[in-house]
Amino acid sequence: METLTDQNFLLTLGTFLPLVGVLVMMLWPKDDESGVKSVGIATAGATLLVGIYTLTQFDYSQSEKLQFAVDAEWIEVIRSGYTIGLDGISLPLYFLSMCVTFLVMIYTWDNMPDAGNPKAFYILMLVLQTGMAGTFISQDLILFFVFFEVVLLPMYFMIGVWGGEDRQYASLKFFLYTMFGSAFMLVAFLALFFQTGGESFGFAYLIEMGAGVDRDVQIWIFAGFFIAFVVKLPGFPFHTWLPDAHTQAPTQGSVILAAILLKLGTYGFVRIAIPMLPEGAKAWAPAIAILAVIGIIYGALGCLAQTDMKRLIAFSSVAHMGYVMLGISTLTEFGINAALFGMVAHGLITGMLFFIAGSVKHRFHTLEISRLGGMLIQMPKMGWILGFASMASLGLPGLAGFWGEFPAILSAYQPGFGLNEVLFRVCMVIAAIGTVLAAAYLLWLYQRTAFGQPPAEFSGGAAHSLSAGAGEHAGDDHDSDIEDVRPTEWMAWTPFLIAIVVFGVYPQLMFKVMDPAVTQMVETLGKSLG
Amino acid sequence: MLASLFAQATDWVAPTIDWHAIAPELVLVVGINIILLLDLSLADAKKWMLATLSGFVMLGALVPVVTLFVIGDDSRSMFGGRYVIDEYALVLKGFFLLVAYVVILMSQTELEEGGYYQGEFYVLMLCSVLGMVMMTSSRDLVSIFVALELLSIPAYMLAAWNKRNPKSNEAGMKYYLLGVFASAIMLYGMSLLFGATNSTLLTEIGATLVDGNLSGIEVVGVVFVISGFAFKISAVPFHTWAPDTYEGAPTPVTAFLSVASKAAGFVALVTIIYLAFPNASDVYQPFIWVLAALTMTVGNVLALRQTNIVRMLAYSSVSQGGFILMPLAFAGEANASGSALNAVVVYLLVYGFMNLGAFATVIAVSRKTRSGEISSFGGLFSYAPGMAVLVTMFFASLAGIPPLGGWFAKFNAFKAVLDAQSSWAYVLASIAAVNTVISAAYYMKVLRTVWMDEAPDGDTSPINTPSPIKAALGLTLVGTLVVGVYPQSVANFGDLEDLTGTTELVVVVDAGG
Repeated sequence: METLTDQNFLLTLGTFLPLVGVLVMMLWPKDDESGVKSVGIATAGATLLVGIYTLTQFDYSQSEKLQFAVDAEWIEVIRSGYTIGLDGISLPLYFLSMCVTFLVMIYTWDNMPDAGNPKAFYILMLVLQTGMAGTFISQDLILFFVFFEVVLLPMYFMIGVWGGEDRQYASLKFFLYTMFGSAFMLVAFLALFFQTGGESFGFAYLIEMGAGVDRDVQIWIFAGFFIAFVVKLPGFPFHTWLPDAHTQAPTQGSVILAAILLKLGTYGFVRIAIPMLPEGAKAWAPAIAILAVIGIIYGALGCLAQTDMKRLIAFSSVAHMGYVMLGISTLTEFGINAALFGMVAHGLITGMLFFIAGSVKHRFHTLEISRLGGMLIQMPKMGWILGFASMASLGLPGLAGFWGEFPAILSAYQPGFGLNEVLFRVCMVIAAIGTVLAAAYLLWLYQRTAFGQPPAEFSGGAAHSLSAGAGEHAGDDHDSDIEDVRPTEWMAWTPFLIAIVVFGVYPQLMFKVMDPAVTQMVETLGKSLG
Repeated sequence: MLASLFAQATDWVAPTIDWHAIAPELVLVVGINIILLLDLSLADAKKWMLATLSGFVMLGALVPVVTLFVIGDDSRSMFGGRYVIDEYALVLKGFFLLVAYVVILMSQTELEEGGYYQGEFYVLMLCSVLGMVMMTSSRDLVSIFVALELLSIPAYMLAAWNKRNPKSNEAGMKYYLLGVFASAIMLYGMSLLFGATNSTLLTEIGATLVDGNLSGIEVVGVVFVISGFAFKISAVPFHTWAPDTYEGAPTPVTAFLSVASKAAGFVALVTIIYLAFPNASDVYQPFIWVLAALTMTVGNVLALRQTNIVRMLAYSSVSQGGFILMPLAFAGEANASGSALNAVVVYLLVYGFMNLGAFATVIAVSRKTRSGEISSFGGLFSYAPGMAVLVTMFFASLAGIPPLGGWFAKFNAFKAVLDAQSSWAYVLASIAAVNTVISAAYYMKVLRTVWMDEAPDGDTSPINTPSPIKAALGLTLVGTLVVGVYPQSVANFGDLEDLTGTTELVVVVDAGG
């Protein structure tokens, strides 16, 4: 694989800059809360600037090649190097992670979870950012593994310390599931390493040599990757940690989890499992497709049964990641492009939905759908944004969600490399039914929370009757509690909203970055699968 | 009469001694004597000087280790190949001296405040370290046994150091009885080997014991010797002493036992397997395979149920021992023997740092809480965030989470096993993978308490950590982090060529087969 090495300090800088901020914050006095927050936001902002500069320096005409590549020695004994680079597949996710962290930090400015201690919270977010960015730039399995794992602990603490009632259970479940996947991933990495001659852990080398491994062995090793990445995804039947983790996590954790962490699994399939083990991928593709549609239907039915807004959004993630998996399982250029687009779109849209859920919780102290209502009357702007995000999530054409879902379904009509067409077409039909269910649960959610009259307990009138004798002012105060979208919320959300529209109206913006890289990948796949 | 004695003496030729090579041992011997004598004349109020002095002795002994390493000649052999100073020995000598130094830092305050017998404590500890340092170079059944007893006997007494505490007495007693029992089994095995092979020199035994024509006595000898060491490294089912001893002994001593003493057992086991049994792999490999699988699984499952932090660490160290043992199950395979040795040595080094660090945090926290229960760690994050981060670092490293040292040790062990590329290797690796997850559960339990629970007694006054413990924490933290971020720094230790004699033995196999 050809690589471009111009300005190759950029990725290292962008990835490790947050750690510099962590060091500064460690020395910062804990009591100076706004100071701590400023340092955190400034660091994330600086990182984002590096990201924007990287975006401008990226050579879009050669996006199939690794750019800003570094290939330095790291652990020579085990033939693993500090090999990094960025191409069309990783660029959108790398940049997305920087944006999301920055915006989440702004949102946190006056939406700090109840447990307090912004210093630790901001430090964890910065560490998380390093782990996420590092995963997307890694071009070496061991390096990938290290970054993949770095993400674990900060998220564990984020859910466990700043989460809801059941946070301890949820955080441990999240941790153990992911750890389980990682352990098998490591064994699979090593098996692949030895089967290809034990020369290198570099992606380029393994993609070149992996095709030569025996078909049976490929299928076994792919099984290891499959467990690791499906747990992270999370796909049916390993999804049960997700609703718990999402429901219990603080808003910030949910957003980062939905926007970036869930993508590590699918990214692993596209970047590692499929190109390195073409025969294994082909053998597993039908199983992946079947699990994907089970996930779509199961997630959708799960959504219909939820009474908690955040849990509902979490289940919708399972369904959406099902579309991504379906696209990947077709092993076609079309399907994988759709999947990659779907990853970014889901990150933006579901991230946005979690933001809203967080703000609703902040105002009403509940997310029980049955207790909410009349949002359009009480805080119209928030209500409209919820409507917008729901529409985007159900895949309304013209918004970003559509371009992840629709092509993924379409691609199943004609799967690549002689995969069973009947099976995939059945999957296609089921997935299409899933979109109807998606419309059902999202519109139903919107109807119940935004339409109608605000429930008595949260409107001024109820406060009067509840606090009878407390005087007229008590009621007025309560009413003004429920304020509409705040300035920091606008600052954090506007980029999300704009991006959803821009990518919806002009998806080519992202497709043209990814397509050359995907095309090249599928071509390489074709060479070994014939 | 005298004349006849002298006449005999003329036949005796004094062995040539390489003074530079045994300088580390000599420094320790001199140090032991100085401290012993000084202790007699020192007033009680000045006994703290002994701790400092012991620390200096450790560092002093480290100097010749470093110079020998820097000179980097071929291995220096003495007494007819029975005492060899090669790179393998030097790395481990350095390791034991560093570990002992950290343990001294950890014990200092506890001994001072407890009013224990400080002089004797340090003398015994130095003796034990001397035994460990000798163990690394011993290449003969007799010198291995001498080194083993020299390091064990003081450790029995150290375990019972809190002499007014019945639990500590129990700890020392159990450790002593089972330890002696193990020594007896081992000695029996050794005598069988000597009887069968007519030599106590490991390499000569190694040349005689060849798969396919082993006699029954030889097989029993091999199994008994390994079983004897299995006690020392607390491998299941020979682990029963460990939890009680660890819990009852003073915490710094527990740290010493679980790291240094265990590592010494491993060093002896590795030396014997590589030099005396390399061609008897059909006997020891299945045995160690089963030991490793049992050790990591049973240790982990029992650790899950513990509520006392030291007991939990005891079971955790049992299960970590399983991971260290795991590569040795394939030490006889041609393509795995090199990486297996490397994996064991690297694991020992990393394990030393992180486990000592974990114990140092336990000591620091329990100075305030006066409790060994895991629940007493609650609220640490709110009143001592720095200490909470340290606890997190060490326990996460034990769980094997990058970028902390533990991941590389585990990774290397996995790699060594899979190097063998047999289906048994894949099965063992899968067992180990599942065990990694189980172990994460109880390490996370501690972290959960530290970060998410309230202080049990509502006491949130800050922790006051004495400077020696701070120094110990600092040293272990740096070690854990450096290895994790830049594993190359330790990855070259424990190469097959470092252990003198292995390559020749492999040649023997080739010629024979």
